[in-house]
Amino acid sequence: MRMHILCTVIFAVAGMVCQTELAKAQSTLYSTSAGNTRFSSETPLENINAENKKSQAILNTATGELAIRMNMVDFVFPNKLMQEHFNENYIESDKYPTATFSGKVDKAIDYTKDGEYDASATGKFTVHGVTKTRTINGKIKIDGGKISISSDFQVALTDHKIDVPEIVFVKIAQIIQVKSLYALAPAKK
Amino acid sequence: MIRIMNSARIILFIVLLPTLAFAQDDLLNQLQKEDSARAFPVMATFKSTRVVNGQSVETMKKNHLDFRISHRFGRLNSGAYQFFGLDQATMRMGFEYGVTDRFEVGVGRSTSQKVYDFFGKYKLIQQSTGARNIPVSITLFGGTGIATVNKELEFQDKLYYTAQVLLARKFGEKFSLQLSPTWLYRNHPEVTGDEKLLLAVGIGGRYKLSKRVSLNGEYFYTAREKNTLTAPYHDSMSFGVDIETGGHVFQLHFTNSLGMIEKQFIGETTGTWDKGDIHYGFNISRTFSFDKKNKRAAN
Repeated sequence: MRMHILCTVIFAVAGMVCQTELAKAQSTLYSTSAGNTRFSSETPLENINAENKKSQAILNTATGELAIRMNMVDFVFPNKLMQEHFNENYIESDKYPTATFSGKVDKAIDYTKDGEYDASATGKFTVHGVTKTRTINGKIKIDGGKISISSDFQVALTDHKIDVPEIVFVKIAQIIQVKSLYALAPAKK
Repeated sequence: MIRIMNSARIILFIVLLPTLAFAQDDLLNQLQKEDSARAFPVMATFKSTRVVNGQSVETMKKNHLDFRISHRFGRLNSGAYQFFGLDQATMRMGFEYGVTDRFEVGVGRSTSQKVYDFFGKYKLIQQSTGARNIPVSITLFGGTGIATVNKELEFQDKLYYTAQVLLARKFGEKFSLQLSPTWLYRNHPEVTGDEKLLLAVGIGGRYKLSKRVSLNGEYFYTAREKNTLTAPYHDSMSFGVDIETGGHVFQLHFTNSLGMIEKQFIGETTGTWDKGDIHYGFNISRTFSFDKKNKRAAN
């Protein structure tokens, strides 16, 4: 009988601990679904720019885990024919609909303190169905409970098996410049 | 006692399960879950605004202009003297402009019968996948034209009208199919005794051979008796290849129709495939973007 009461107490405590753990885990999540990812291809003949304003990002400030995800069809080009070709011929968004990053911020940052930090994140970077482990440099800015992550990096087309036919070789850069800015707010649950 | 311990372990496990599950839940999966409520439009059912001769469900996007030159040569069976038809050529020059992403207007001039044609095309329903699953795209087409070749005719007798409901579905990446019920009304048919109203239904499709090359085919069934004295006409059938290179789409085809507007290829096709009355032809389409605002924003 005494054993029984003891057990009940243990469960109750475990349950409470577990709930607070859960609450804590949730409160350390920061996310956005309106992040900005831009890329540009620059050659002497033609400059091509595209912008994705619906990128998703989520950061767990307790662990430094970071995930970024975007739909390729959300990249908007000034020239809609280019947009169609990007999806149909180059990035093949029917087959490979998203680009993702899943990794960890490399250094521990005190997310409760306002400030701007140079930072990097290492993890799996997937574009066009090809995954590379990469370290991407950027900045993390904390300002009154909001966290913004920005980065500026390059993607080589050959790294991700994106074919450019010779006829348009001179118009499309082999190395694509990518810039991103994600303003994260505490995740709603 | 042991039983109590065991049940305690089980209950403890159940209570802790959410925490464990949460810890293992990948952040990326969470993003995917949040994104699952979205619908995505299906793009590029056809590479161009035409299947071969007939209109496709595609329209020009907002502030984009398509300059389109089409040629049809003479009949392949006209022999070596006529260089298998290449000595004769008829053409249509046209412009199409996207007023919105769903609505375009177009004008054209055909050398055959000296026709000026005007049309509008509105994308009513866009096929989409995801949270909102719409199986087909539906585009409405309406056009009129003035055949100015016969100066004797009253103005209204030079007019014809076309209306189409274009219904298409992209089945996966490669294959698209379209049905085109057509209503064609001529104020003054070319042959006396021919009916003013002609109903037809077109079936067209494309199969992508590679990322930039597709095979296209099209057939228009007309609801009338074929090859009669008052209407010496046949149904139009065409096959072609679309080749896309950057801003251009080249459409090369073989067809038994000489005309490039609905009145002519649906209503007045005189050739037949089995006799070899086949015309070689091509459309060249060049798209220009006038979307300056977007360009600035992206820079």
